[in-house]
Amino acid sequence: MERFAALIDALAYQPARNGKLRLLVDYFAQTPDPDRGYGLAALTGGLSFAAAKPALVRELVASHTDATLFALSYDFVGDLAETVALIWPQRPGSNQPSPSLTEIVAALAGAKRADVPGLIEGWLDGLDATGRWALLKLITGGMRIGVSARLAKTALADYGTAHGVAVDVDAIEEIWHGLTPPYQPLFAWLSGGGPRPDVAGTGGFRPMMLSHPLEEADLESLSAADFRAEWKWDGIRVQLVARGQPGAARIYSRTGDQIAAAFPDVAAHMGFTAVLDGELLVARDGRIAPFNDLQQRLNRKQVTAKLLKDHPAWVRLYDILFDGDEDLRGLPFDERRARLEGWFARTNPTGMDLSPLLDFSHWEELAALRLNARDSAVEDGAIEGVMLKRRDSTYVAGRPKGPWFKWKRGPLVADCVLMYAQRGHGKRSSFYSDYTFGAWRGQPGDGGELVPVGKAYFGFTDEELAQIDRWVRNHTSNRFGPVREVSPGLVFEVAFDSVHPSARHKSGIAMRFPRISRIRWDKPAAEADRLETLERMVIS
Amino acid sequence: MPAASPPPPDSWVRPCPPEQGGGLWVEPGGFHVDPTRAVTRAVITHGHSDHARPGHAQVLATAPTLDIMRARLGASAGGSLQTLPYHQPLRIQDVTVTLVPAGHVLGSAQVVLEYQGSRVVVSGDYKRRHDPTCAPFEPVACDAFITEATFGLPVFRHPPAAAEIARLLHAGQVFPERSLVVGCYALGKCQRLIAHLREAGYDKPLYLHGAHLPLCELYQRHGVDLGELRPATVTGKEEMQGAIVLAPPSALMDKWARRLPDPLIAYASGWMRVRARARQHGVEMPLVISDHADWDELCETLQDVAAPEVWVTHGAEEALVHWANLNGFRARPLHLIGFGDEET
Repeated sequence: MERFAALIDALAYQPARNGKLRLLVDYFAQTPDPDRGYGLAALTGGLSFAAAKPALVRELVASHTDATLFALSYDFVGDLAETVALIWPQRPGSNQPSPSLTEIVAALAGAKRADVPGLIEGWLDGLDATGRWALLKLITGGMRIGVSARLAKTALADYGTAHGVAVDVDAIEEIWHGLTPPYQPLFAWLSGGGPRPDVAGTGGFRPMMLSHPLEEADLESLSAADFRAEWKWDGIRVQLVARGQPGAARIYSRTGDQIAAAFPDVAAHMGFTAVLDGELLVARDGRIAPFNDLQQRLNRKQVTAKLLKDHPAWVRLYDILFDGDEDLRGLPFDERRARLEGWFARTNPTGMDLSPLLDFSHWEELAALRLNARDSAVEDGAIEGVMLKRRDSTYVAGRPKGPWFKWKRGPLVADCVLMYAQRGHGKRSSFYSDYTFGAWRGQPGDGGELVPVGKAYFGFTDEELAQIDRWVRNHTSNRFGPVREVSPGLVFEVAFDSVHPSARHKSGIAMRFPRISRIRWDKPAAEADRLETLERMVIS
Repeated sequence: MPAASPPPPDSWVRPCPPEQGGGLWVEPGGFHVDPTRAVTRAVITHGHSDHARPGHAQVLATAPTLDIMRARLGASAGGSLQTLPYHQPLRIQDVTVTLVPAGHVLGSAQVVLEYQGSRVVVSGDYKRRHDPTCAPFEPVACDAFITEATFGLPVFRHPPAAAEIARLLHAGQVFPERSLVVGCYALGKCQRLIAHLREAGYDKPLYLHGAHLPLCELYQRHGVDLGELRPATVTGKEEMQGAIVLAPPSALMDKWARRLPDPLIAYASGWMRVRARARQHGVEMPLVISDHADWDELCETLQDVAAPEVWVTHGAEEALVHWANLNGFRARPLHLIGFGDEET
C-alpha cells in the first residue's frame, strides 16, 4: 500500500502529463505483482467494491479521538479524509503490519457490510498518514488525481517500451477489453517475460483507424479524384461488435472501453453479426442533436428510462470491418463502402443510418461545403468539418499518415478581455500562463461588467508568454494565492469550436476547446465582444 | 529565618504589551525575553527575526545567536552584545538566567529563569527531533513552562526527516533531467536540509540561492559540516540538470527560477502536511520537515518537563491548552503578539 499511496500522493501534486507518465512508469517498475495490477485497476476504474460512506469514516474517527481536538483540526484542514488520515492516533504498542493493496482489495470484495468498519480500523492502524489518506480515497471512491484511463495505458506502453517490448498505447487498448485485474499476463508481456495476452474470443475490439488533421497546404499535393469525403460528425467514434444477439453486443469507444451498458438502446438492435465503424450521436426524429445532448449520456454506468426517451442514441455508420465472420479490412475503401451499403440494405438495422458520401470533384467544392457546414440547415451544430478518405485505403490500425484526413471547419472567434491569470507549472511555474477571459455584459464604462466566458493556456509562443507575463505583473489589481486579477486592458482573440449553455458558469455559457488565436495588444478592452454576441453562437 | 514560599510564576514573569517592548517582561531582573520592540535589556532565545529584533541597548544570548544577529542586522544588532554559553548561570539583578539548548536552530536556547525559589522556563521555539546542526533540546523541571504551539493541532505529526529526504532523492532519479529546487528558510531549515542530505549519503555539490550563502558560511564557521556548496547564480542550465538547489520560498515562483532547467519545486515546511497549503504554494513535492515541535513532541515535552503550570503562546493555543487541561496541567494561553512571522 505504501507504494500506491506514494504514487497517488505524487500524482496529486503533479500537474504535467509527462510528469504523471514518469511517476506511473516508475510505479509499475518498482511494484511487484499483483499489487501493481490492482493499483492500475484503481486508476482505471477497474475495481468493484461498494464504496464506504463518509459517515462510516466519521464514526470511526469519533471513537478514536477527542471531539474538541477533532473539531479544531477539521476546521483547520477542511477535508474529512485528510483530517482523519492526519489525526488518526497510532495506538501505543500497536504493531499492526501495513496491509498490501491486494489484501485491501480482496478483503473489501469479500466483506460483509458489518465487517467493513473493523477492517478499515485495522488498516488505518497499520498505515502512515499518506497511506491512510490513500486508503480513504480508495474506499470512498474518489481518487480525483487527474489520471485518465488513457493516460494510465499510455504509461503502460512507455513501461513496455522501456523493457524493449514493441508496443504503443493502441496495442494496449486493442487488448484492454479482454483483461481483468490484476493484469498479470499484461505485465508479464510488457516486462518482456511473456507473450502478448491472447484476447481472442472475448468480443474483440479491433484498433481503430484514425486520421491526421489536414494542413491546407497538403491539398496541393493531393488529387481530389483519389479521395472520398464524408461529414465529420460531432459525436463519439464507436466500434459496434455485433455477435448474433443483442445480449452479446459490444460497443467500444475509440480507447477500447466497453460502453454497451450505457447504450442499451443501441445494443438492443445489434442482433446481426458484423463489426461496424461509426459515430454515436443523439438524434430526435431523424435530426442529430448537438454534442451537449450526447454528453448527458456519457460516463454513466446506468441509464434511466427518461434519459433513453429524451436523449435517444443513434449510430451513423461509415465503415464495415467484418461482415459476418469475413474480415474486410484488407479491402480498399470503395469496396468496403459497397459492402457496407449492401449490408445495410439487407439488414436495415433500427437506430442506425449511413453517413452519406459528399459529392465533389474539386477541392474548391469541398472547401465550400466545409465552410457552410456550420450554417447548413441540415444538421447544424452536429458537423465538425469533413473527412477525406483515400478510395484505395485499406483499414489499418492507428494513425497512418496519408490515407485519412480530417478537415475541421474553421473555428469561431471572439475578442475577450483578460480577467485572471494563474501561474503555470513545471517550465511555466514562474510564468502567468493560464488565462481566464471575459466578455462584456452591458455597456463597458456605463455600468457594464466583464463576466468570465472561458479559460485557455495555449495558442501563444514562448516569447508572447513572456510578454503577457510581464503585462500581468504590471497590471495586477488583486492576488489570490497563485492567481492574479488584472485590470481590464488586454484583449485576446479567442478561437473555439462551439458555445454551449452552462448552468455552472456565471456567464451562462461555456466554450468548447478555447485557445488564444491572437493577442490584440492594439485593441482597447472596451471594444471587446459583448456576451450577447457569444450567446447568439449557442447551439440549442 | 523560615523560608518564604516561592512567589507564583505570574507574579514576576508577564507578557508585555507591545508599546512597553512586547515579549516577556521579567520584573525582578529588569529585562525582556524576545522583546518585539527596542528595549534596554533583552535576552534573546534565537536568531529568527521575529525573536531577534534590532535596536536593543544590551543583548544577552548564545555566541551563535549573537553572530546570526550581527550577520542579519549589522550595526543595529544591539548596543552591547554579551555572550552567555549554555548551562552557565548568570545573575541579573535578583534573577538567575541560564541558557539551555532548545534544538530549534544553531544557538537556540531555552531561557531558565530563577527567582526566590521559583523557576520559569521560556522555551522559545523548539523541537525534539534529530537535527545535526544544533544541540538537542533538554527538558528542565520548573514551576511554569512557556511553550510555543506553532503546530499545536493533532493533525501535525511530522514524518521522519530521513523519509522526506529519501522522497526528494527518489524524485531526482525519476526526473534526472530536471533540477530539484527546495524552498526553505535561510536560517536553520536550509542548513538542516543540507546536513540531512549529507547524512543520506548525498555528497554532490549543493547549489544555493544568494540569500542562503551567508548563513551557511556562518554555520560552517561554527563547526557544522555542510559539504561542498556552490552559488546557484553562476552556473549554466546543463550543469543544473539533476542538481539540488536551495532557495528562499519567495524565489521559487519568481523570475529567479527561470534560470533552472524545468525546475521541480519542493518546499520544506511543517505546513506542507496540509494539502491545501501545499497546493496554494504551487508545490510539486511538499516536504514535511519542520524545526518546530509537532503535536506529539509538544505533548511529550509537557510530560517530560512536568511543570504544574503551562503557558501556551504563538500558534494553535486552543487545542494544546485543551489537551493540557485534560491531562492534569493548569494550562492557559498567553497571547503574545508578533511571533511566528519568519519561519515555520
